[in-house]
Order: sequence, then C-alpha cells, then structure tokens
Amino acid sequence: MEERKPAKILLREIADAAYQRAWDAKNAGEKVGWCASNFPVEIPAALDIPVVYPENQAAAIAAKGGGQRMCEHAEGLGYSNDLCAYARINMAFADLKTCEELDMPQPDFVLCCNNICNCMIKWYEALAKTLNIPMILVDIPYNTEYEVSEDRIRYIRKQFDEAIQKLCEITGKTFDPKKLEESMKVSNRTSRAWLKATDYCKYIPSPLNGYDLFNHMAVAVCARASVEAAEAFEQLAEEYAQSVKDGTSTYRGEQKYRIMFEGIACWPHLRHTYTALKDRGMNVVATVYADAFGFIFENMDEMMAAYTNVPNCMNIERAADMRIKIAKRTSIDGAVIHVNRSCKLWSGIMPEIERRLRTEVGVPTVTFDGDQADPRNFTPAQYDTRIQGFYEVMEENKKGGGR
Amino acid sequence: MSEIKSILSQLDCVAKNPRRQLDMIIDGGKNVVGCLPVYCPEELVYAAGMIPFGIWGADGKELSKAKLYFPAFICSVLQSALELGLEGAFDRMKAVMIPVLCDSLKCMGQNFKAGVPQVEFLPVIHPQNRKTEAGQEFLRSQYMKLRKRLGEIGTPISDEKLAEAINIYNNHRRVMREFSETAAKHPELISASERSAVIKSGFFMDKAEHTKLVERLNLLCGAEPVVPWDGKRVIVTGILADSSSLLSIFEKNGIAVVGDDVAAESRQFRTDVPVTKDPIEGLARQFADMEGCSVLFDPEKKRGDMIVKLAKERKADGVIVLLTKFCDPEEFDYPFLKRAFDAAGIPSILIEVDRQMVNYSQAETAVEAFREML
Repeated sequence: MEERKPAKILLREIADAAYQRAWDAKNAGEKVGWCASNFPVEIPAALDIPVVYPENQAAAIAAKGGGQRMCEHAEGLGYSNDLCAYARINMAFADLKTCEELDMPQPDFVLCCNNICNCMIKWYEALAKTLNIPMILVDIPYNTEYEVSEDRIRYIRKQFDEAIQKLCEITGKTFDPKKLEESMKVSNRTSRAWLKATDYCKYIPSPLNGYDLFNHMAVAVCARASVEAAEAFEQLAEEYAQSVKDGTSTYRGEQKYRIMFEGIACWPHLRHTYTALKDRGMNVVATVYADAFGFIFENMDEMMAAYTNVPNCMNIERAADMRIKIAKRTSIDGAVIHVNRSCKLWSGIMPEIERRLRTEVGVPTVTFDGDQADPRNFTPAQYDTRIQGFYEVMEENKKGGGR
Repeated sequence: MSEIKSILSQLDCVAKNPRRQLDMIIDGGKNVVGCLPVYCPEELVYAAGMIPFGIWGADGKELSKAKLYFPAFICSVLQSALELGLEGAFDRMKAVMIPVLCDSLKCMGQNFKAGVPQVEFLPVIHPQNRKTEAGQEFLRSQYMKLRKRLGEIGTPISDEKLAEAINIYNNHRRVMREFSETAAKHPELISASERSAVIKSGFFMDKAEHTKLVERLNLLCGAEPVVPWDGKRVIVTGILADSSSLLSIFEKNGIAVVGDDVAAESRQFRTDVPVTKDPIEGLARQFADMEGCSVLFDPEKKRGDMIVKLAKERKADGVIVLLTKFCDPEEFDYPFLKRAFDAAGIPSILIEVDRQMVNYSQAETAVEAFREML
C-alpha cells in the first residue's frame, strides 16, 4: 500500500495549488480576484471563482526576506511607513506586477471585508482605484456588543446577496444556491477538523510544535471551502491523536513551558522569534487562531454571526474571554504578546487584554515590539532580553510550586 | 469693526477653554454628552434636551495614563482624548459617544469603557456600505437604539423635537459654510487662527447660540469692502488644523486659509440632513450623502478632485496637507490627493502634525519654502 503523505505536506500543496489554480484561470482568460483573508470564502467558492489572498502573499514575501524591499517601494509611491506592512507590500506588488519571493496573478476585481480592520477598506480602495477595477465590500461593522444583534445579521445577509449578484455580473457566472449550501457544508467540515486538530494542543506534552499552526492556518482561512482542506485537517487531527498515543511530538526536545503566542507571527523574523523560545524549552500551545478560525454555523444567519465573531471584530470582553478560555484549556505557563506595529486594531486593546489575562489566568506575560512583515520594526536584542526575563519568571513560578 | 473683533475674541476664548465652557453649560442646568470624531448624530443628543460636546483631544497633553491602554502608534487625537478621560475630565458628562469609523476609534471605545467606567460609553456604529438600502436600514436601526438610550438619559425624543434639532443643525451648517466663504473673502479681517477658533468653538457651544454669533459675524464682515490680499491663499486638508503654533506660522508667512477639507472643520458642516417625514431617515441619508472623507468608504476616491474643485473656486494658490501622524485613513488617501493636485497643476505640501508636537521649526521651514514656491 502506498504510504500516505503527511498532513503538513498536503496542506502546503493545497496552499500552492490555490496559486496555481489562479494562474491557470488567468492564463485561460478567466477573471481572477484578490480577496481579503476573512472575506466569506463560501461566496467565491460557490461561484467557482478563483481568488488569491494578498495577506497570505505578503506574509510569504516577508518570511522569505522581501518585506523591506517591497515596503520601501510602496513608501516611494507615497504610502507612509506607518501603514500596515501587508498593505504596503501589496501596493508595491500591484505597482511592480511581479515579485521574486512569490508571484500571483493580477486581479480583475477585489473582494474586501473589514471584519479584521478598516485599514482593509482603505487598502482595497487604493487597489481598486490604482488598478481601475471593481471592488466589492462586505461591511461587517466592529461589534461593540457581546452577541451579534439582529440588525447586524440582516445587514450582512443583504450584503451577501449583493456581493453574489455583483460577482455574477463581473465574472458572467451564474449563482446556484445549492452550490452555496455545499460550500457552507464543506467549510464547516474543514472548521470542525481544524478545531479538532488544534485542540490537541491541550495535551501535556503537546503533540505539535505551536509554530506549525502559523503555516497551517492559511489553509484554514483561505481554502476552508475545499474538500481537500477538510480532508487534510482531518488527517492532521488523526496524526496528532496517534502522536498523543505514542507520546511523540513535532516539537523536538523537552517541553518545559507551555505558552500562548498572542498576535500575528513576526514573519520576517520567524526563525529568531522561534529559536529564542525553543532554546528555553517553550512550546506554543495557545493562539487565538485555533478557536477564531473555526467558523461553525448551521444556517445563513449563524454564518453572518460567525463572520462577526472573528478576533478583530469582537468587543474587549469577548476578546478577553476567548483568550482566557484558550489559556485555561491549554494550561499555559505564560503568554508572549506581539505588539504588532502593522496592526493598530489588534495592538490597540492588547494592554487591557494582557491585564485581564494576568488576573484571570494568573500567568506571567511579556510583550515585544515587532511587525508582521516590515523587518525594521523588530529588534532582536529587545526580544531576547524580554524572553529571557519572562523565562526566569516562569522558572521561579515553577520552583515556587506553580505550574 | 470692533464688533467683529469682539465676536472673534469671544469665540477664541471658547475655543481655548473647553473645560470652562463645559462647566458653564452644566452649571447652567444642561446635561452634556461628549462626541468623539468623526461623525456623531449630534441631533439626537440635542433633541433629548442635552448639549453635544466635541472631544478631539488636546494639544500638548502629556500622556501617562493613556499609555496603559494604547501602544505608541495610535494617533495623538485619541491618545490625548483618552488621557483626558482617564484624568476625569469627562466625569460631569452624562455619556460619551464614540464611533467605530477607523481602527483606532474601535480601540478607543473599548479602552474608554475599560478605563473610564464612571462615564457611560455610547458606541456609534455606522455602515460603510452606506448608500445601499441594506446600509441605510442598518443605520436607521442603530440610530433608533441611540435615540432610545439618549431619550432615557435626557428627555424622550419625539419626531417633532428631532425635526427641530435637525433644523437647528442644518441652519448651523449653512451659516458655517457661509462663514468659510466669508473668511476666504476677508483674510484681512479673519486670520487663520481666528478662522480656526470660530469653527472649533462650535464644538463647545449650544449650536443655536453659536449660529447666532457666526451669523452676525458673517453679516458684519460681508458689509466690509473686499480689499486685495497680498499674501497667499491656501486650502488645508486633514483631520485637524487647529494647532496654534502652526496657524501662527501661516500668519507670519502671510498665508490665509481660504477653504478646507478638514475633518474637524468643513467635513462637519458641508452636508445637510435631508428633511424627511421620518427624521431618522433624513439623519441616515445624510451619512449616505457625505463624500470625500477618508473614513468613509469610497472606491472612486473623489476627495482629491473635490479639493481641486474647491481650490479653483476659492482661487487658492496651493494646498497644505496636514497629515495627522498615525492616521491610517488619511495616510492611505495621501498618494491619491498628491496625484490629483499634481494633475491639476496645484502646488501642494505635506506637513505631518501631531498633538504632542512641540518643535515646529521643521514645519516652519517647510511652510516658508512652500510660500516662496507659490
């Protein structure tokens, strides 16, 4: 019997295939879109419209060392270096049309959703205007309440219908409600598998190296509505189950401390941020991505609510509760918080969230200054010093009979 | 002439002393609701028998408590507004309304709720798809929720009271638009600082009273002969243009502000509320009618052309972009503004501003160089 490929290889292949599919479509004269990471992926999936994700590309470019070059190009176009580095990298790419780290086809339209930030609206406005292409916005206003109110659900629902209609006009495709149902079903299946797989972090020791999730989550977000993604995550969960039985882990070495990594990865310095933790026996067992990207819904209304209950769209109480719940479930010893220069919304309520984490979970926390894609906003020395101090506190706690 | 100076000095005094103004209003028996940038439905507050009071931060405010909530890269408008809240400056207000029109405002509301629990936080949720029926329906629903709560805090809001408030506000908007034109015609009577103070004082006064004073000012200035202005005429654009240091640099260089596209200035009064049978409908429609603002979704990005048109109408020599540091929406707009100005052959300059700014020498050099260029 042919040995099956490990899930992590399958997941990488799915991510690569999405780009290839977009290239093939573009070369065949089909319309291709650029899509915000938290845009309801079920819509383009139901219409079988190929889309690629600028945020995903920007992260890859940054991880491969192209962040500064692209950011500086955007700054030359007039975009302030205070702006989100993903946006700057993408505006540079829209101007240059090519990038040695990772290429993707140019868009015929853009699909925007601001449930992660309003910066997204300004960025996509700039794309639409610069490239002279249509922009579809599904506006999901920041939710200041704990639950999702009826009027919000109605508003978002109507925008779904409008987005579908506009997309049909742009691409010439016809909408089949059955296909939407199907993509919703698959998306749920993927989310369940993702939640199941990430839930294995709660085991001591954890069967996975938490940094793996930074790579896997792209598929959970962008390729959710594909059967391949669902199958790959189901397999990933099986692999973790087996690891728990066997007492193995993708984290090599002793897992002395279980930590929460809060915020987007610091892509340009991924290895550095990882090594400092690894050298001290810290494994990431908690991130908001685990729970936040598990979009579970039974019907259209619940889907609208699910797209509102994403990390950057929820109020401070819900945002804190989500983190506290994850922290308790995964028995963390401490939390490392990325104060991400690119993300005002994520970082702008973090000090208060940090206080609540400390109080409610009773663990030490540490912050460091960084950036999701601009390497200039991270100082290795600051990171190392802070991580060392954090490590010493956790060590003291352990000696003192804590976790 | 002396009456012109007297009104200008009265409004300047209001603009410079919001704290005293707040106490005077409250001691006079009125309740006050704070209104953060950029757009709050002030008419609802007014219709509930209360006075809306603008909160746009403060220049030179030392930040200490706000640092416990915001990282350094949030704009100084909100940093200083939060600092004021944490110091208790809004404790006498009945509530504070905070919209979610940009990412930092979203955080502001949450941090305000956490750090200033003694003052009620009223979120103002606008749709970005504001021109569609879905967006309008959502906004009406959100305004109805605010109407209910404000009616409980103040007095219940009837349609008649709301229509009356809209009328008072539309009247104020008309008079302020007339003032902007008056100031453009008479830079010898109204300096850049005075122009700013006249507009800013409107945030801290009962709009009906402010309207009376500005209307009188317009009338008096209108009666004066138009004399040639040998200085330069500019349009300013940005979030704020109220820095006294910067405005005095303009004056020193003989620069008159003959029009603006500033969030705290003309964007507040350039769009009227349509008069509709259901006043809530009109209030929501006004939000759909607004154009050319960085925090409002506009894939056509009309703002640059709007400023070019204004510059031509007001015979401006150039445009000064006052870019508030760490303001994403404005920073994203800038490349498009620059392109529009260049295409129209209008000289422009970018000056980064910040409420914490103390050293204006760089700005001064830039303004001087710009003046030479015009």
